[in-house]
Amino acid sequence: MAEPLIHTRDLLKVYRVGDNEIRALDGVSIDIARGEITAVMGPSGSGKSTFMNMLGCLDRPSSGEYVLGGRRVSEFVGDELAEVRNRSIGFVFQTFNLLARTSAVENVELPLVYAGVGAAERRSRALEMLAKVGLAERAGHQPAQLSGGQQQRVAIARALVTRPLLILADEPTGALDSHTSLEIMGLLQELNRNGLTVVLVTHEPDVARFARRVLRFLDGRLVEDQVNAAPDDAMAMLRGAAVAA
Amino acid sequence: MNILGLLRVAMRALAVNKLRSLLTMLGIIIGVAAVIVMIAVGGGAQKRVEEQIQSLGSNLLLILSGARTQGGVRLGVGSNYTLSEDDAIAINREIPEAIAAPALRGGAQVIWGNTNWATQIYGTTNEYLEVRQWALADGRAFEAGEMTGAGKVCIVGQTVVRQLFADANPIGQVIRIKRVPFTVIGVLENKGQSMMGTDQDDIIVVPIGTARGRVLGSANLAKQRAVSTIWVKVAEGLDTKVVEEQVRSLLRQRHRLQAEAEDDFSLRNLAEVMAAQEASSRVLALLLAAVASVSLVVGGIGIMNIMLVSVTERTREIGLRMAVGARTRDILGQFLVEAVTLSLLGGLVGIAIGVTAAIAIAQFAGWRIVLAPESVMLAVAFAFAIGVFFGFYPARKAARLNPVEALRFE
Repeated sequence: MAEPLIHTRDLLKVYRVGDNEIRALDGVSIDIARGEITAVMGPSGSGKSTFMNMLGCLDRPSSGEYVLGGRRVSEFVGDELAEVRNRSIGFVFQTFNLLARTSAVENVELPLVYAGVGAAERRSRALEMLAKVGLAERAGHQPAQLSGGQQQRVAIARALVTRPLLILADEPTGALDSHTSLEIMGLLQELNRNGLTVVLVTHEPDVARFARRVLRFLDGRLVEDQVNAAPDDAMAMLRGAAVAA
Repeated sequence: MNILGLLRVAMRALAVNKLRSLLTMLGIIIGVAAVIVMIAVGGGAQKRVEEQIQSLGSNLLLILSGARTQGGVRLGVGSNYTLSEDDAIAINREIPEAIAAPALRGGAQVIWGNTNWATQIYGTTNEYLEVRQWALADGRAFEAGEMTGAGKVCIVGQTVVRQLFADANPIGQVIRIKRVPFTVIGVLENKGQSMMGTDQDDIIVVPIGTARGRVLGSANLAKQRAVSTIWVKVAEGLDTKVVEEQVRSLLRQRHRLQAEAEDDFSLRNLAEVMAAQEASSRVLALLLAAVASVSLVVGGIGIMNIMLVSVTERTREIGLRMAVGARTRDILGQFLVEAVTLSLLGGLVGIAIGVTAAIAIAQFAGWRIVLAPESVMLAVAFAFAIGVFFGFYPARKAARLNPVEALRFE
């Protein structure tokens, strides 16, 4: 078997609140291969968000090991983590987190700015990504002029622009209606089919059914690792809905 | 991110809250403007004092006649003529480092044609002009014959020229001082106000013998060859204190004073008076600038305040920037550049307002100002430093945010 993209062993995250010790992650060991599309599920407080912060190098584990693309990032600190986030990970958030009063293309350019890419190359790569998510003609629009679905597409383009190893989507459809949600999921599935590794964090079974693999968390532990042999195809569902209407 | 990119991000962030940015800058604007105006006004005052010192001469000793006691009543300096013309001659002879000019002065009404003017009459010698470094604008100084023969000639100051002759050429005119006709042979250059604010140009200089015999004096005075004042100029580069002591001992010897007796004259070292005045005006200028820079510091605190608000407001933005790969120094730089942009823009506007205000003060209030390019440079540097100093804490706060918490911030 090839080396997995994500490899964690006994990930532990402990918070201290007064005298109490809270184990937000209590020994999570998992491998995720390249090209997988995985849903991380669980009720609030289950540790799925903490797990996602670990995977996204936004936070450091109290102990345990995390290897991403062959690098032991659990040993990294500060700006080393920033570099991993910049080069290897693309984030998609529930609330899009686009910079206000900043055009779509400039939002997409942002990770490249911190990667030190020159202005001209930045612009062409950002436009290319916007075209990929179907927003080529909206490049100059500001977030306030875009619909929720369009804003999330801009966010996905931003996540893709550094050609990351991994897309981390935290409730990517939480703020969208069901039709737009299908569009976004269809886009993520399409990206996955083209080889991108996607990890979805959600509490909605409706989102998880598009994933090939579903991880369930409870009280900081991984309690279920299920393979979904036949995930739903969001694009097909959209086409079906269009035919029905 | 390079500095240009940071600057663009900063300008955009500041443009979002234009009014707030402007109000924040106001503190710096007022501070810088105040510093510039105060330095200009303080510098002007100092310059004036320096010029007065120049006009009087910084190496002067002034000897005044002593006090007289009449029936127990002490009448103050100059009430008794204890100095004589011979004292001045003795100083000139005995102390080669000094030039002495005896003087006798008093007020008189002066008449020319149908105009008249009350002015100060100064009976003295040609040395007086040398001692005071007072050049002639026109005409000539006294000749030897006029000095010894009590010639009825005079040299007039600019104010007298203006008041008495208006547009006429004063040289060769005959004026009457206390009914005695005098021929004007010279006109003094403009000298301006003295440090005490009196008009130094309101003067008529006549030979000392003439003044004593014809204008100011009495028979008693004439017998003693008495003078009220002796001006002494110490040669350039010499310690005035040393010469002061030489003059003092010479006069005490001439006046046959016992060792324990008090001086019967009063000897003043103007160089020291001037130095004190110059020092005090410099302290005043410094004080003004210091007070003004307090408002700059207050402006800096305003910037820090708004930057802290801004960091809190934009916590999610900071979290997002960190998530897409901003390093600590990127975030630090972004907010630091924003603070410095605020303070520098404020500084530039403040310079414009300060320079305009200083020029307006010079124009309308007639105050002397000195606009030094260094003070403008100093203000810019200070504004920059304020931005860095007061922007650093908020910027560091932003850069130290935990990305997880920043992204979750509502």
